[in-house]
Amino acid sequence: MTHAPERVKGETLLSVRDLSVTFDTRRGPFQAVRGTSFDVGRERVGIVGESGSGKSMTGRAILGLVRPPGRVTASRLTFDGIDLRALPDRQMRRIRGQRVSMVMQDPRYSLNPVMTVGRQIAEALRVHGRPSREEIRRRSLDMLTEVQIRDPERVLKAYPHELSGGMGQRVMIAMMLVTEPELLIADEPTSALDVTVQLDVLRILDDLVRRRGMGLIFISHDLRLVSTFCDRVLVMYRGRIVEEIEARRLHEARHPYTQGLLNCLPRIGGGHGDLPTLQRQEAWNDA
Amino acid sequence: MTNAPAPRIEVQDLTVVFGEDERRVVAVDAVSFRVEPGSSFGLVGESGSGKSTVLRAICGLAPVAGGRILIDGKPLTLRRDKAFTRQVQMVFQDPYGSLHPRHTIDRILSEPLAIHGFRDRDRRITRALSDVGLDPAFRFRLPHQLSGGQRQRVAIARALILEPTILLLDEPTSALDASIQAEILNLLSRLRRERNLTYLFVSHDLAVIDHMCDRLLVMKGGQAVEELAEGALSHRQVESDYTRALMKASEGFVRPDAA
Repeated sequence: MTHAPERVKGETLLSVRDLSVTFDTRRGPFQAVRGTSFDVGRERVGIVGESGSGKSMTGRAILGLVRPPGRVTASRLTFDGIDLRALPDRQMRRIRGQRVSMVMQDPRYSLNPVMTVGRQIAEALRVHGRPSREEIRRRSLDMLTEVQIRDPERVLKAYPHELSGGMGQRVMIAMMLVTEPELLIADEPTSALDVTVQLDVLRILDDLVRRRGMGLIFISHDLRLVSTFCDRVLVMYRGRIVEEIEARRLHEARHPYTQGLLNCLPRIGGGHGDLPTLQRQEAWNDA
Repeated sequence: MTNAPAPRIEVQDLTVVFGEDERRVVAVDAVSFRVEPGSSFGLVGESGSGKSTVLRAICGLAPVAGGRILIDGKPLTLRRDKAFTRQVQMVFQDPYGSLHPRHTIDRILSEPLAIHGFRDRDRRITRALSDVGLDPAFRFRLPHQLSGGQRQRVAIARALILEPTILLLDEPTSALDASIQAEILNLLSRLRRERNLTYLFVSHDLAVIDHMCDRLLVMKGGQAVEELAEGALSHRQVESDYTRALMKASEGFVRPDAA
């Protein structure tokens, strides 16, 4: 059905070349993403940047979620060898949700407020197959247990407003993972959560990457968190990737923007002196 | 001993209760602390810890069920008067929500001056803008024409324009990017030095609190967990497991194999 799959090297799940996202504004075209290129395998890749850096737009563009008038162009955008650029909507929908999923930042806005958790998970399952009611129930309960929800029976019957932020985000993740995707794009999945809950959610994601060999794109503004959680980090500035670095070597970052982002964070025991601020330079725009 | 000056802020057994009967929630449960003049005191905790409610209670925006709040040794009366609002001002977390969207910066800054009958408004507004590092050109713009960091500067200018002695800061940088956060924190530190202000600083971020405050109180579920002196965090001199857990969490993720 699809075009002849282009062979990509062994473990690469996603391959992106020269990805751009453009919006037309009254002042002319604005490029939110300007020619980014990267590959993602069965690993944790962090995309880090400040607001407006194009990190979320990159995630959305991969899944074809940039709505017109936004325009997405790329010289290559393949998932498991399938060219996502030319894919008809129906086939794109089959990949999205089933093979590639996305978790958004705030569970309050991404869960349907008038549907029980159980129905929402069932919906995700039905879109991608014809499971029996018994199977839906079993898989839903299993998935909720897997994301460390202690009383899955109750949560299945609950409405989103009856859940805490941490629970809601776990339900979101359960919903996105119940179809067992090969790649998960998580856009600030823990930013709305308390630090202690945040770590619980990260542990779940970490476990899924290890056990299922899932690929993960972790989009975040939190450089420190990403450096401790991911394998590799892409640093974005004004729509471009200015630096790509192994997460554990982030402290050796070369680009002044990455260094600036790291240095401007207050540290425990860092004293009360002024924090170094970021001096933005024109040259970074074209880095 | 009795000659020692009264603390600028003293909170004694403060209790805040919302709702009644089965809906009764004790948001703040017998919390006490003292903030000396010119110092910066931190309240740190996760959501639902009651840290913001303490600030709101000081402003008279939360139903106080018990305890006392004293400013310069004088207990607060039920209704906050004009003298109180001149002395105590608050900066909120969300610079998008705390400024009137259809008022120019000029109008936002002149309103408190008008209420308190200040005469030289023009000079004060010009000065307030320059104090927070904003170009005078911003004066006749609307909030939506400003970035998040610039709006928070306006919110700080508005709080300082009445020359208060106390600033209540509720997560003032949580909605901002890290680089902008650094600029705003530096601004707040400078203003405190220059004007000998007293800060009560609420944040969920231990590192921000440690950077900005002399002493701090860790809160959880409406209760005070422990009060820490200067340097206690960096030297890890903490008593409770909860504070330790918060400290660990603030360091980021620890991979199971690395642990």
